[in-house]
Amino acid sequence: MSRNAKINTLLLLVVAALAVLPLLLGLGDHKEEPFTGADAEAETAITEIDPDYEPWFSPLYEPPSGEVESALFSLQAAIGAGVLAYYFGLRRGRRQGEERALAAATAPVTTDAAKVTRAATGDE
Amino acid sequence: MHIAEGYLPPVHAAAWGVASAPFVVHGVRALTREVRSNPESTLLLGASGAFTFVLSALKIPSVTGSCSHPTGTGLGAILFRPPVMAVLGTITLLFQALLLAHGGLTTLGANVFSMAVVGPWAGYGTYWLLRRSSVPLMVSVFFGAFVADLSTYCVTSVQLALAFPDPGSGVLGALAKFGGIFAVTQLPLAVSEGLLTVLVMRLLTQSSKGELTRLGILLPGARKPGTETKTAGASA
Repeated sequence: MSRNAKINTLLLLVVAALAVLPLLLGLGDHKEEPFTGADAEAETAITEIDPDYEPWFSPLYEPPSGEVESALFSLQAAIGAGVLAYYFGLRRGRRQGEERALAAATAPVTTDAAKVTRAATGDE
Repeated sequence: MHIAEGYLPPVHAAAWGVASAPFVVHGVRALTREVRSNPESTLLLGASGAFTFVLSALKIPSVTGSCSHPTGTGLGAILFRPPVMAVLGTITLLFQALLLAHGGLTTLGANVFSMAVVGPWAGYGTYWLLRRSSVPLMVSVFFGAFVADLSTYCVTSVQLALAFPDPGSGVLGALAKFGGIFAVTQLPLAVSEGLLTVLVMRLLTQSSKGELTRLGILLPGARKPGTETKTAGASA
């Protein structure tokens, strides 16, 4: 593994550790419902501060179940990951193509005349 | 940081909408200008938006025993400046408000203000200051993304504290309460976001040197000839 790849892997491992450690250490054990969303906790806090507050608008569309909701969340992540992967894949392919073209164009020049170069690039 | 639909009183909801609107309009102009003058940057713009899409969909456990998600706005703010991120962040928030019932249309203004306006600006400002002080690129990127993430949640806490001051201890008491829910939970997540942004920036410096040089992230003329001699050397 190259030094670059090692550093990248290490970064991912630290991120994974930061996410898993709270679960392993049982940091949610003091709660009735561990690891709920902070957004939902804020809603509870609002009702604690102002018990009479009624939300005055409700979502136009609400996922009918937790499963559908998690499916839509995965869809969001999948779209994002897909676009990112497309970007990096395209860049890598282009770079490789450029390098190959460059190698084909420069390599014969060192050996002989321009005729050979033309033949080589035509070959690619 | 998503304030749920209907959970801000109408006056507050409208005020945050008014506060956010000029940033989004300005952002749309900045985005159109960028795409027109540099059509090749469309791809990287898409990738920046995609990064926000992925990160804001990931709910990650935190030290407080609750879950929260990163925002992913630091990367785009550093690459393309904050105005562009105002648009990309708003698109993400709209997707979540309309399809996931996460956040909402009435609270869109407030959520845009925290995630798509203050976060990117604070992150970009941090990055810019650090770079000005000759701090290494990746360290600056880390703190830029860290601040973009954390400041977003601090703004959400302030927004909720202003709307729901504690009957006993007032706005400050409520701020402590909401800050405890959001900001503390967010600390390790902001670290994660910083690390992930560094990872993507590292991949970009390997794959898109030309683009990063044009955007002013990398200094011109630093590395390009190196790769050429390397490939020529390898094939010779």
